[in-house]
Amino acid sequence: MKAFRFAALQTVPIIFAYLFVGLASGLLLNKAGYAPQWAFLSALFIYAGSMQIVMVTLMTSGVSLAVIAVMTLLINARHIFYGISFIEPFRAIGREKGNAWKFPYMALTLTDETYSLLVSLKVPDGIPRGKVQFYILLLCHLLWIFSCTAGAALGQMLPVDMTGIEFSATALFVAVVVNQWREAKTHLPAIIGVSSAILFYFVLGPDQLILPALSVSVIALMILKGRVAPALAKEAAHD
Amino acid sequence: MTDALMTAAIIGVIAMMTWITRALPYLLFSRKSPPPMVAYLGDVLPAAIMIILVVYCLRNTAFATAPYGAPELLSVAVVAAMQLWRKNLLLSIFTGTACYMLLIRTVFPL
Repeated sequence: MKAFRFAALQTVPIIFAYLFVGLASGLLLNKAGYAPQWAFLSALFIYAGSMQIVMVTLMTSGVSLAVIAVMTLLINARHIFYGISFIEPFRAIGREKGNAWKFPYMALTLTDETYSLLVSLKVPDGIPRGKVQFYILLLCHLLWIFSCTAGAALGQMLPVDMTGIEFSATALFVAVVVNQWREAKTHLPAIIGVSSAILFYFVLGPDQLILPALSVSVIALMILKGRVAPALAKEAAHD
Repeated sequence: MTDALMTAAIIGVIAMMTWITRALPYLLFSRKSPPPMVAYLGDVLPAAIMIILVVYCLRNTAFATAPYGAPELLSVAVVAAMQLWRKNLLLSIFTGTACYMLLIRTVFPL
Protein backbone atom coordinates (compact mmCIF):
# COMPACT_ATOMS: atom_id res chain seq x y z
CA MET A 1 0.00 0.00 0.00
CA LYS A 2 2.91 2.27 0.87
CA ALA A 3 4.51 1.38 -2.46
CA PHE A 4 1.27 2.13 -4.32
CA ARG A 5 0.83 5.52 -2.70
CA PHE A 6 4.45 6.45 -3.35
CA ALA A 7 4.16 5.31 -6.99
CA ALA A 8 0.96 7.32 -7.49
CA LEU A 9 2.76 10.47 -6.32
CA GLN A 10 5.61 9.83 -8.76
CA THR A 11 3.22 9.69 -11.73
CA VAL A 12 1.77 13.16 -11.08
CA PRO A 13 4.37 14.98 -13.26
CA ILE A 14 3.21 13.23 -16.43
CA ILE A 15 -0.53 13.60 -15.90
CA PHE A 16 -0.72 16.78 -18.02
CA ALA A 17 1.29 15.33 -20.88
CA TYR A 18 -0.61 12.05 -20.95
CA LEU A 19 -4.03 13.68 -20.63
CA PHE A 20 -3.35 16.14 -23.41
CA VAL A 21 -1.63 13.85 -25.93
CA GLY A 22 -4.09 11.04 -25.17
CA LEU A 23 -7.11 13.29 -25.63
CA ALA A 24 -5.58 14.68 -28.84
CA SER A 25 -4.96 11.25 -30.36
CA GLY A 26 -8.47 10.09 -29.39
CA LEU A 27 -9.94 13.24 -30.84
CA LEU A 28 -8.11 12.69 -34.14
CA LEU A 29 -9.51 9.14 -34.40
CA ASN A 30 -12.98 10.51 -33.67
CA LYS A 31 -12.61 13.15 -36.39
CA ALA A 32 -11.51 10.47 -38.86
CA GLY A 33 -14.75 8.62 -38.13
CA TYR A 34 -13.55 5.83 -35.83
CA ALA A 35 -15.55 4.65 -32.79
CA PRO A 36 -14.08 5.02 -29.26
CA GLN A 37 -13.34 1.29 -28.95
CA TRP A 38 -10.54 1.69 -31.51
CA ALA A 39 -8.96 4.41 -29.38
CA PHE A 40 -9.28 2.08 -26.38
CA LEU A 41 -7.63 -0.84 -28.20
CA SER A 42 -4.83 1.37 -29.58
CA ALA A 43 -4.09 2.78 -26.14
CA LEU A 44 -4.17 -0.67 -24.53
CA PHE A 45 -1.97 -2.47 -27.07
CA ILE A 46 0.12 0.18 -28.86
CA TYR A 47 0.62 2.69 -26.04
CA ALA A 48 2.85 5.09 -27.97
CA GLY A 49 1.66 8.67 -28.34
CA SER A 50 3.30 9.89 -31.52
CA MET A 51 2.70 6.53 -33.22
CA GLN A 52 -1.02 6.60 -32.42
CA ILE A 53 -1.26 10.04 -33.98
CA VAL A 54 0.60 8.89 -37.10
CA MET A 55 -1.71 5.84 -37.15
CA VAL A 56 -4.75 8.01 -37.90
CA THR A 57 -3.04 9.31 -41.05
CA LEU A 58 -2.03 5.78 -42.04
CA MET A 59 -5.59 4.47 -41.56
CA THR A 60 -7.13 7.12 -43.77
CA SER A 61 -4.42 7.08 -46.45
CA GLY A 62 -4.83 3.41 -47.44
CA VAL A 63 -1.15 2.40 -47.36
CA SER A 64 -0.35 -1.32 -47.11
CA LEU A 65 0.22 -3.19 -43.85
CA ALA A 66 3.84 -3.81 -44.84
CA VAL A 67 4.52 -0.08 -45.15
CA ILE A 68 2.77 0.50 -41.82
CA ALA A 69 4.98 -2.15 -40.20
CA VAL A 70 8.19 -0.56 -41.50
CA MET A 71 7.10 2.95 -40.53
CA THR A 72 6.25 1.77 -37.01
CA LEU A 73 9.69 0.18 -36.64
CA LEU A 74 11.38 3.40 -37.76
CA ILE A 75 9.29 5.70 -35.56
CA ASN A 76 9.55 3.52 -32.46
CA ALA A 77 13.10 2.19 -32.84
CA ARG A 78 14.27 4.60 -30.12
CA HIS A 79 12.53 2.32 -27.59
CA ILE A 80 15.23 -0.30 -28.22
CA PHE A 81 17.64 1.91 -26.29
CA TYR A 82 15.34 2.32 -23.27
CA GLY A 83 15.21 -1.32 -22.21
CA ILE A 84 19.01 -1.60 -21.93
CA SER A 85 18.92 0.05 -18.49
CA PHE A 86 16.20 -2.26 -17.15
CA ILE A 87 17.23 -5.76 -18.30
CA GLU A 88 18.27 -7.04 -14.89
CA PRO A 89 15.79 -5.10 -12.66
CA PHE A 90 12.71 -6.13 -14.67
CA ARG A 91 13.89 -9.71 -15.04
CA ALA A 92 14.42 -9.91 -11.28
CA ILE A 93 10.79 -8.86 -10.72
CA GLY A 94 9.65 -11.54 -13.17
CA ARG A 95 11.54 -14.20 -11.19
CA GLU A 96 9.45 -13.55 -8.07
CA LYS A 97 6.74 -16.12 -7.41
CA GLY A 98 3.51 -15.37 -9.29
CA ASN A 99 5.03 -12.29 -10.91
CA ALA A 100 6.29 -13.83 -14.16
CA TRP A 101 3.79 -11.79 -16.23
CA LYS A 102 5.06 -8.54 -14.76
CA PHE A 103 8.38 -8.84 -16.61
CA PRO A 104 6.89 -8.66 -20.15
CA TYR A 105 4.28 -6.15 -18.98
CA MET A 106 6.90 -3.77 -17.62
CA ALA A 107 9.14 -4.22 -20.67
CA LEU A 108 6.26 -3.37 -23.02
CA THR A 109 5.01 -0.32 -21.11
CA LEU A 110 8.28 1.62 -21.17
CA THR A 111 7.46 4.83 -23.09
CA ASP A 112 9.37 8.12 -23.44
CA GLU A 113 7.58 9.46 -20.38
CA THR A 114 7.62 6.37 -18.15
CA TYR A 115 11.29 5.82 -19.04
CA SER A 116 12.14 9.32 -17.85
CA LEU A 117 10.21 8.75 -14.60
CA LEU A 118 11.97 5.44 -13.92
CA VAL A 119 15.52 6.61 -14.66
CA SER A 120 15.09 9.49 -12.21
CA LEU A 121 13.23 7.45 -9.58
CA LYS A 122 14.51 7.69 -6.00
CA VAL A 123 12.83 5.25 -3.64
CA PRO A 124 13.08 5.78 0.15
CA ASP A 125 14.33 2.92 2.32
CA GLY A 126 11.66 0.44 3.32
CA ILE A 127 9.63 0.69 0.12
CA PRO A 128 10.34 -2.06 -2.44
CA ARG A 129 11.70 -0.46 -5.62
CA GLY A 130 10.34 -3.13 -7.97
CA LYS A 131 6.80 -2.67 -6.69
CA VAL A 132 7.02 1.10 -7.13
CA GLN A 133 8.29 0.69 -10.71
CA PHE A 134 5.45 -1.71 -11.50
CA TYR A 135 2.75 0.54 -10.05
CA ILE A 136 4.14 3.57 -11.89
CA LEU A 137 4.02 1.71 -15.21
CA LEU A 138 0.52 0.36 -14.51
CA LEU A 139 -0.93 3.72 -13.41
CA CYS A 140 0.55 5.55 -16.40
CA HIS A 141 -0.84 2.91 -18.77
CA LEU A 142 -4.32 3.20 -17.22
CA LEU A 143 -4.19 6.99 -17.41
CA TRP A 144 -3.20 6.73 -21.08
CA ILE A 145 -6.05 4.31 -21.86
CA PHE A 146 -8.48 6.64 -20.10
CA SER A 147 -7.38 9.81 -21.88
CA CYS A 148 -7.27 8.25 -25.38
CA THR A 149 -10.72 6.72 -24.94
CA ALA A 150 -12.12 9.92 -23.44
CA GLY A 151 -10.75 11.94 -26.36
CA ALA A 152 -12.48 9.68 -28.87
CA ALA A 153 -15.73 9.53 -26.86
CA LEU A 154 -16.00 13.25 -26.17
CA GLY A 155 -14.92 14.32 -29.64
CA GLN A 156 -15.53 17.98 -30.29
CA MET A 157 -17.15 18.52 -26.89
CA LEU A 158 -13.70 19.03 -25.35
CA PRO A 159 -13.39 22.22 -23.35
CA VAL A 160 -11.38 25.35 -24.10
CA ASP A 161 -8.19 25.96 -25.99
CA MET A 162 -5.39 23.94 -24.45
CA THR A 163 -2.81 24.72 -27.14
CA GLY A 164 0.67 24.58 -25.69
CA ILE A 165 -0.01 22.09 -22.90
CA GLU A 166 1.93 19.53 -24.94
CA PHE A 167 5.01 21.47 -23.77
CA SER A 168 4.63 19.65 -20.43
CA ALA A 169 6.33 16.57 -21.94
CA THR A 170 9.32 18.69 -22.99
CA ALA A 171 9.32 20.29 -19.53
CA LEU A 172 9.43 16.85 -17.87
CA PHE A 173 12.42 15.82 -19.98
CA VAL A 174 14.25 19.11 -19.27
CA ALA A 175 13.69 18.75 -15.52
CA VAL A 176 14.99 15.16 -15.59
CA VAL A 177 18.07 16.30 -17.54
CA VAL A 178 18.75 18.96 -14.89
CA ASN A 179 18.49 16.33 -12.13
CA GLN A 180 20.78 13.97 -14.01
CA TRP A 181 23.29 16.73 -14.68
CA ARG A 182 23.43 17.71 -11.02
CA GLU A 183 23.90 14.15 -9.82
CA ALA A 184 26.14 12.94 -12.64
CA LYS A 185 29.52 11.51 -11.81
CA THR A 186 30.64 12.42 -15.30
CA HIS A 187 28.98 14.77 -17.79
CA LEU A 188 30.37 12.97 -20.83
CA PRO A 189 27.20 10.93 -21.62
CA ALA A 190 25.02 14.07 -21.62
CA ILE A 191 27.56 16.04 -23.67
CA ILE A 192 27.85 13.21 -26.20
CA GLY A 193 24.04 12.98 -26.41
CA VAL A 194 23.39 16.67 -26.94
CA SER A 195 26.24 17.12 -29.44
CA SER A 196 25.14 14.20 -31.59
CA ALA A 197 21.49 15.33 -31.48
CA ILE A 198 22.42 18.87 -32.57
CA LEU A 199 24.83 17.55 -35.20
CA PHE A 200 22.16 15.37 -36.82
CA TYR A 201 19.56 18.14 -36.50
CA PHE A 202 21.68 20.16 -38.91
CA VAL A 203 23.01 17.30 -41.07
CA LEU A 204 19.85 15.22 -41.57
CA GLY A 205 17.07 17.60 -40.54
CA PRO A 206 14.69 17.72 -37.56
CA ASP A 207 12.66 14.59 -38.34
CA GLN A 208 15.63 12.30 -38.94
CA LEU A 209 17.77 13.15 -35.93
CA ILE A 210 16.78 10.74 -33.20
CA LEU A 211 17.96 7.32 -34.42
CA PRO A 212 21.38 8.47 -35.71
CA ALA A 213 21.89 10.52 -32.53
CA LEU A 214 21.07 7.53 -30.29
CA SER A 215 23.23 5.15 -32.34
CA VAL A 216 26.23 7.48 -32.47
CA SER A 217 25.92 8.12 -28.71
CA VAL A 218 25.98 4.37 -28.02
CA ILE A 219 29.05 3.93 -30.22
CA ALA A 220 30.84 6.96 -28.72
CA LEU A 221 30.09 5.76 -25.17
CA MET A 222 31.42 2.29 -26.04
CA ILE A 223 34.63 3.77 -27.47
CA LEU A 224 35.03 6.06 -24.43
CA LYS A 225 34.26 3.31 -21.89
CA GLY A 226 37.88 3.46 -20.71
CA ARG A 227 37.35 7.10 -19.70
CA VAL A 228 33.71 7.05 -18.56
CA ALA A 229 33.62 3.82 -16.51
CA PRO A 230 36.50 4.79 -14.15
CA ALA A 231 34.80 8.16 -13.50
CA LEU A 232 31.63 6.30 -12.44
CA ALA A 233 33.57 3.95 -10.15
CA LYS A 234 35.71 6.69 -8.61
CA GLU A 235 32.83 8.85 -7.44
CA ALA A 236 30.91 5.81 -6.23
CA ALA A 237 33.75 5.18 -3.77
CA HIS A 238 33.22 8.66 -2.32
CA ASP A 239 29.51 8.17 -1.63
CA MET B 1 -11.39 -7.02 -45.99
CA THR B 2 -14.12 -5.19 -44.09
CA ASP B 3 -13.40 -1.83 -42.56
CA ALA B 4 -13.44 -3.16 -39.00
CA LEU B 5 -11.12 -6.00 -39.90
CA MET B 6 -8.72 -3.63 -41.66
CA THR B 7 -8.71 -1.26 -38.66
CA ALA B 8 -8.03 -4.18 -36.32
CA ALA B 9 -5.24 -5.40 -38.60
CA ILE B 10 -3.59 -1.95 -38.65
CA ILE B 11 -3.74 -1.64 -34.85
CA GLY B 12 -2.43 -5.19 -34.54
CA VAL B 13 0.53 -4.59 -36.85
CA ILE B 14 1.48 -1.32 -35.16
CA ALA B 15 1.18 -2.92 -31.70
CA MET B 16 3.31 -5.89 -32.74
CA MET B 17 6.07 -3.72 -34.21
CA THR B 18 6.04 -1.44 -31.16
CA TRP B 19 6.30 -4.50 -28.89
CA ILE B 20 9.27 -5.77 -30.90
CA THR B 21 11.16 -2.49 -30.40
CA ARG B 22 10.41 -2.58 -26.66
CA ALA B 23 11.21 -6.28 -26.20
CA LEU B 24 14.42 -6.35 -28.25
CA PRO B 25 16.99 -5.58 -25.54
CA TYR B 26 15.52 -8.28 -23.28
CA LEU B 27 15.37 -10.80 -26.16
CA LEU B 28 18.97 -10.11 -27.21
CA PHE B 29 20.27 -10.82 -23.71
CA SER B 30 17.73 -13.43 -22.73
CA ARG B 31 19.71 -16.26 -21.19
CA LYS B 32 22.74 -15.17 -19.30
CA SER B 33 23.18 -11.90 -17.56
CA PRO B 34 24.11 -9.11 -19.98
CA PRO B 35 27.82 -8.68 -20.84
CA PRO B 36 29.74 -5.95 -18.97
CA MET B 37 29.53 -3.60 -21.97
CA VAL B 38 25.71 -3.74 -21.92
CA ALA B 39 25.59 -3.27 -18.16
CA TYR B 40 27.86 -0.23 -18.59
CA LEU B 41 25.62 1.16 -21.35
CA GLY B 42 22.62 0.65 -19.08
CA ASP B 43 24.31 2.95 -16.56
CA VAL B 44 25.42 5.73 -18.88
CA LEU B 45 22.76 5.76 -21.63
CA PRO B 46 19.92 7.44 -19.68
CA ALA B 47 21.85 10.71 -19.42
CA ALA B 48 22.53 10.71 -23.17
CA ILE B 49 18.99 9.61 -24.10
CA MET B 50 17.15 12.19 -21.99
CA ILE B 51 19.03 15.14 -23.46
CA ILE B 52 18.48 13.74 -26.98
CA LEU B 53 14.75 13.56 -26.16
CA VAL B 54 14.81 17.25 -25.25
CA VAL B 55 16.33 18.16 -28.63
CA TYR B 56 13.83 15.79 -30.28
CA CYS B 57 10.91 17.57 -28.57
CA LEU B 58 12.18 20.95 -29.76
CA ARG B 59 12.93 19.76 -33.30
CA ASN B 60 9.93 21.42 -34.94
CA THR B 61 10.56 24.81 -33.33
CA ALA B 62 10.92 27.57 -35.96
CA PHE B 63 14.37 28.86 -35.02
CA ALA B 64 14.91 30.55 -38.41
CA THR B 65 11.92 32.89 -38.33
CA ALA B 66 10.65 35.39 -35.72
CA PRO B 67 10.34 34.92 -32.76
CA TYR B 68 13.26 32.49 -33.34
CA GLY B 69 12.04 29.88 -30.89
CA ALA B 70 11.89 32.40 -28.04
CA PRO B 71 8.78 30.93 -26.32
CA GLU B 72 10.31 27.43 -26.33
CA LEU B 73 13.80 28.53 -25.25
CA LEU B 74 12.52 30.87 -22.52
CA SER B 75 10.20 28.18 -21.16
CA VAL B 76 12.99 25.57 -21.19
CA ALA B 77 15.12 28.07 -19.22
CA VAL B 78 12.27 28.55 -16.72
CA VAL B 79 11.96 24.77 -16.22
CA ALA B 80 15.72 24.38 -15.75
CA ALA B 81 15.93 27.33 -13.33
CA MET B 82 12.95 26.09 -11.29
CA GLN B 83 14.39 22.58 -11.13
CA LEU B 84 17.76 23.91 -9.97
CA TRP B 85 16.14 26.19 -7.41
CA ARG B 86 13.26 24.18 -5.91
CA LYS B 87 14.12 20.62 -7.07
CA ASN B 88 10.42 19.83 -7.44
CA LEU B 89 9.60 18.02 -10.70
CA LEU B 90 5.90 18.87 -10.70
CA LEU B 91 6.47 22.53 -9.87
CA SER B 92 9.07 22.86 -12.66
CA ILE B 93 6.79 21.25 -15.23
CA PHE B 94 3.80 23.32 -14.15
CA THR B 95 5.65 26.65 -14.17
CA GLY B 96 7.39 25.97 -17.48
CA THR B 97 4.22 24.83 -19.24
CA ALA B 98 2.19 27.75 -17.89
CA CYS B 99 4.97 30.09 -19.06
CA TYR B 100 4.89 28.53 -22.54
CA MET B 101 1.09 28.68 -22.84
CA LEU B 102 1.13 32.29 -21.70
CA LEU B 103 3.95 33.34 -24.06
CA ILE B 104 2.33 31.89 -27.19
CA ARG B 105 -0.90 33.72 -26.34
CA THR B 106 0.48 37.10 -25.30
CA VAL B 107 4.07 38.06 -26.13
CA PHE B 108 4.54 35.79 -29.15
CA PRO B 109 1.09 35.04 -30.57
CA LEU B 110 1.19 32.28 -33.23
